[in-house]
Amino acid sequence: MKMKIAHFQIPKSSNRRNMDPQFVQTLWITFKLAFLTTVILLTIGLPFAWWLAYTKVRLKPFIEALVSMPMVLPPSVIGYYMLVAYSPRNWFGEWLGRVFDVRLAFTFEGVLIASVIFSLPFMVQPLQTGLTSLPDTLREASYTLGKSKWTTFLRVLLPNIKPSIITAVALTFAHSIGEFGIVLMVGGNMPGETRVASIAIYDEVQALNFKAANQYALILFLVSLVLLTTIYSVNRKYNSWKIM
Amino acid sequence: MIDIDIEKLMHTTNGPMTLAIRTSIRLGELIALFGQSGAGKTTLLRILSGLVTPDKGQIRFRDEVWFDSEKRINVPPQQRNISLMFQDYALFPNMNVEQNIQFAQTEKNQQKVLELIELLGLTELRKRRPSTLSGGQKQRVALARALARKPQLLLLDEPLSALDAEMRSSLQDEIVKVHQLARVTTIMVSHDLSEVFRLASQVLYIENGTITRTGKPEEVFSDNSISGKVQITGTIAKIDRHEVINIVTVITGNNQIIRVIAFESDLETLKTGDQVMVYSKAFNPIITKLK
Repeated sequence: MKMKIAHFQIPKSSNRRNMDPQFVQTLWITFKLAFLTTVILLTIGLPFAWWLAYTKVRLKPFIEALVSMPMVLPPSVIGYYMLVAYSPRNWFGEWLGRVFDVRLAFTFEGVLIASVIFSLPFMVQPLQTGLTSLPDTLREASYTLGKSKWTTFLRVLLPNIKPSIITAVALTFAHSIGEFGIVLMVGGNMPGETRVASIAIYDEVQALNFKAANQYALILFLVSLVLLTTIYSVNRKYNSWKIM
Repeated sequence: MIDIDIEKLMHTTNGPMTLAIRTSIRLGELIALFGQSGAGKTTLLRILSGLVTPDKGQIRFRDEVWFDSEKRINVPPQQRNISLMFQDYALFPNMNVEQNIQFAQTEKNQQKVLELIELLGLTELRKRRPSTLSGGQKQRVALARALARKPQLLLLDEPLSALDAEMRSSLQDEIVKVHQLARVTTIMVSHDLSEVFRLASQVLYIENGTITRTGKPEEVFSDNSISGKVQITGTIAKIDRHEVINIVTVITGNNQIIRVIAFESDLETLKTGDQVMVYSKAFNPIITKLK
């Protein structure tokens, strides 16, 4: 795995002649972060939601609470803990550095991991709700017809929670685009590495560069609007599509 | 033989109840589970299919042990080679009628799928999604799907309850036909006495979680002292009390309406909704061919 060693760099907000390439670069990082977060979370989230939906372990409420924590905690709290974990002075950061020669603080990879953790509930909750709202008899019918849990998951459960999957993906993507606090804590504001649109807006406003801030803001606004409209129109379409 | 000896504590709306079933079923029979709702019929089907685990006991199918609480054996539903037709049909909403049936086959055989579709009158509905079907149509798809698996034990939870009289009657014929052809042991929950008489070779009468009577339908449902020449079973629809006589209206399984005069003493034990038998023993019935 190729990871860059972090180094501090103060962005030159005053240099506006190179704004266009930087603007594109920032948007590229923003969408790359959101896209990778969504892909990773979909891969982890589907089996995890499946397990969470049907498990009978006693710790289930605790695990559900843990998954939902990012929704109620300020991003700075998660960001702080991530930063502590990444620090080479702690066992995890030290182990990463020693075994893989990797430092995660103030790198894109570090932000990506934080983003995955932070967006976890936005992926898992819609999927879990979708699965638990399916009648139990669908699973049972598939089992009695001799189909394994895996076949049942792929051919019966997944195709019947399509609206939940679309909702989960769109919410996760939109939420990752809009992340601010955790990226700032874990990644800082390094152009080309961890500088995302939401941070760039803040930065440009601080520099009284309202034109650039406006461009970023408008793009985030429009992308989020399109994504949410997609969710609502999908839900409306599938509302008439009754399970039984 | 299927040997069943199980106990399971159930939580019903009337409080806890222990389902304690001990019986042996000969292979190849068509068994009707009869009893009031909440008696434990559906739970027994779910236990046999492996979806519900009994608290203790054994289930043996031929020489395979399906469940043994002491030896900690519990064969999962996938490996019991059964089909359970659910009361709510449990058709897969993402598949059309044909795909639902195909899904149940262990080995792909389109010829068999088409035969089943034909048999259950689903040809026109082949490409339709379950959500667009009526209750009776869904029931036929569910039955086709249950048969497509070619199970060694067929479990039917009120398989014909949503059908009109005509369709019900023709599907009863189909069930008999399929049963005779494949000799697959079939256990069926039914509330309909005429259906039980028509289809079942054995009846298990379940009351409050235990089997209280077993035998052929005639043995279980009729008093042995009756040597009637005509016996019709049905449900009391109405009781009209007049000054001199009382008229009981009975509706039979194929929706025939029969009015019977009853004595005051008879009415003490009869009420609307009761399952009853109407029989005649003094007169020889007259028989005539239908035009």
